Amino acid sequence: MIGRPQRGRRTLLAIGLVAILSGFGWLIYGGIGENLVYFLTPTELHAKGETAYDAPVRLGGVVKPGSVSWNAEQLDLRFALTDGGRDMAVHSRGAPPQMFRDSIGVIVEGRLTRAGVFESTSLMVKHSNEYRAPDHGEKPVMIDESLMRGGAR
Amino acid sequence: MTRILGASAVMVAFGISIVALGMLLYGIRARRDEFIRAAYAALYVNFALLLVANLAMVWALATNDFSVSYVAQVGSRSTPLFYAVISLWGALEGSILFWGLVLAGYAAAVIWLNREQEGTLVPWAAATLFGISIFFYLLLIVPANPFEAVFPVPADGPGPNPLLQNHILMAIHPPLLYLGYVGLSVPFAFAIGALMSKRLDDWWIRTTRRWTLTAWAFLSAAVVAGMWWSYEVLGWGGYWAWDPVENASFMPWLTATAFLHSVMVEERRGMLKLWNVSLVIATFLLTILGTFLTRSGVLSSVHAFAEGPIGMYFLIFMAIVLLFSLVLIAGRSTELRSTGSLDAVASRETVFLANNLIFTAFTFTVLLGTLFPLAAEAVRGVKVSVGEPFFNRMTLPLCMALLFLVGVGPALPWRAATMDHLRRQFLPPLVVMIVVAAVSLALGVRSPYAVLAFAFGGFALYVNGHEFVRGARARMRTFGEGAATAFIRLFGVNGRRYGGYTAHIGMIVLTIGIAASSAFKAEADATLRAGETLTLRGHTVRYDGVWGREEPQRFVVGADLSVMRNGQAIATMTPRLNFYTGTEQPISTPAVRSRPNEDLYINLMAFHAQGEHVTIRALVEPLVMWIWIGGGIMGLGALIALWPRRRPPVRTSEAPVGRVAFEEPVVPRGVQPVGAMQVRDEGRGTRDEG
Repeated sequence: MIGRPQRGRRTLLAIGLVAILSGFGWLIYGGIGENLVYFLTPTELHAKGETAYDAPVRLGGVVKPGSVSWNAEQLDLRFALTDGGRDMAVHSRGAPPQMFRDSIGVIVEGRLTRAGVFESTSLMVKHSNEYRAPDHGEKPVMIDESLMRGGAR
Repeated sequence: MTRILGASAVMVAFGISIVALGMLLYGIRARRDEFIRAAYAALYVNFALLLVANLAMVWALATNDFSVSYVAQVGSRSTPLFYAVISLWGALEGSILFWGLVLAGYAAAVIWLNREQEGTLVPWAAATLFGISIFFYLLLIVPANPFEAVFPVPADGPGPNPLLQNHILMAIHPPLLYLGYVGLSVPFAFAIGALMSKRLDDWWIRTTRRWTLTAWAFLSAAVVAGMWWSYEVLGWGGYWAWDPVENASFMPWLTATAFLHSVMVEERRGMLKLWNVSLVIATFLLTILGTFLTRSGVLSSVHAFAEGPIGMYFLIFMAIVLLFSLVLIAGRSTELRSTGSLDAVASRETVFLANNLIFTAFTFTVLLGTLFPLAAEAVRGVKVSVGEPFFNRMTLPLCMALLFLVGVGPALPWRAATMDHLRRQFLPPLVVMIVVAAVSLALGVRSPYAVLAFAFGGFALYVNGHEFVRGARARMRTFGEGAATAFIRLFGVNGRRYGGYTAHIGMIVLTIGIAASSAFKAEADATLRAGETLTLRGHTVRYDGVWGREEPQRFVVGADLSVMRNGQAIATMTPRLNFYTGTEQPISTPAVRSRPNEDLYINLMAFHAQGEHVTIRALVEPLVMWIWIGGGIMGLGALIALWPRRRPPVRTSEAPVGRVAFEEPVVPRGVQPVGAMQVRDEGRGTRDEG
């Protein structure tokens, strides 16, 4: 390395740097692709067909009135999430937040299992002030928008 | 009245800045010193004006003057005075106003300390600072004016965001963050000044390094305080979620840290000049990008920022800064050429290069992960988020590599290491590393990253700690000092170096805290009736009852819990939920029992209205406290490095291997002044040096 002329060394260094950077860029690209979590509504999730299963998803909607079944002893929660169009059965373990109740907007993160139940690993009540219950016949897209306003955190 | 006072102070500062910028440019061109001096004076006036504007806003907030738009937006009669005052930085307009004050303060301080400097570097730096100030004053006048008139004057306001009035750390974290963020404008100004004046010499490097370190210290403290706030308020028991807001504060920290290391290579060996200038500029751009991300609403939706008033301003400003810097750098290729070259692979330079490569990769990863959802939404119209697994998978190896380098770097000499030196330096810490790894495995640690973190942490702690021992021993031998005296004098004689090692130790402690608390977290949820218990890792938590209390701005619900260990009652803990008016979602106040070995963290998840039962989440996390302590040690390290001290008139390069490893004291032994005296003395002697 030491004896080599400046120009040759610099080229070598540049090539090495480009190789390292592009390799790393490829790693990042692949990493992002695998870890993308789509934000969907139940209707959109149903529309994905086969590809819906076992992919990490954030599912947003409102808790369908009368669908909540909560076992306080087992800390086992089941409810249906709706966007006004389709429903999705959600199963979650652990205590839901204080505000969890019928007709409230929630975002669950998890995967749709082959059993047709969405297994949630985290449940967030949508704490946007702009949240409102869906009007009768409202389009899912509208609910999606009203939920996402203020960020999905 | 208050409104008009504040608004006109900002207006006047805006006008003065434009005039002063013109005077500076003319003064530099025409070599008219009096114009430059007058422009400097304008910086001090600006500081006074922004101080007036901020005090006016604080007064308006404190007195609930709802005729001021910002107060009408974040104030409320029921908010306690303390939280009313700190909501100065609670929302967009107020935080830009505070930003303006911090920027004016930095600008005034920088120019005051360097006002006697010859040449055009400092005038150009002042011009750059004026340029940045004009942008922020413009924001305060047009899209983010906090002093707009409200008519009719409302009787009351909604109050600040509940999340911001629930914890005392909200009084500390944002100011620290602004001091860090805004402080990074100063190195940028010096970089532009150096490029414009073609004075890329030792002086600009030393001055820039010092100001970067100052901002870095604030930013480090701010990031750690933000983690702490997240831990104490959000109720999920974690402190970092790769949230875009967190990433925004973290990215400039990464590039600033890279700069603090690579600048030493330039100082010692004349290499990496172009790289260092680029890092300074990138760091500044990342602070503006971070502000854009957090303040424009772009995170909730790409389309939100177009509706919001402020996003476009930031984008245009970033474009101008980027273009201007690139053109300027391209025009200075001769001055930015390296004068030194790499001698050997086994040298400290190599470690610094690797360090910079990793920090750059780290920044790219975080940047891409943060911006990808925005790009996806803009281009493909889909709403996605980049999951935490991405960040963890990509950055954990980088963190491990950095932790390893923290151990390797200080043990390697500049230029080239001999085989003998390598053996002597690396054998003991390698033994420590292997022992730590073996003990971790024996104790049942199975996560590879946790084992690596402990092993490398042990290695790096040994190496950095050993530097103190080595230095102190050398002093004891040479000057016959006692161990304690020798140790303390190390900081006085070469604070930069030992401050650096101190910061390393803080970083290592922090990393070990993160590794331990995330790898050995135990978590349990339970719904308890009165008298029922939950047991988690030796702690038995009994639910005793629930209570409610009405406070002016909120309604508080708390659950009384008794904690027992080995049948002994050790604590009562009261996690709470706070219901603020105007928001549905309660804000939690988890109960945290911090001990050096572990934290018991209990969050109240839900309660039955009649108090029949509550649902709690309990976590036991080892060594969490050491994350905050590590952050404190890092700040202390920066403080030691920044502490003013007299330097030798001619800089000597570091002593070669085997010789005394610290710089010679300036004052002969015996007449060495002590502590505070020395500082005062030096404050007069040298200004902003070292």
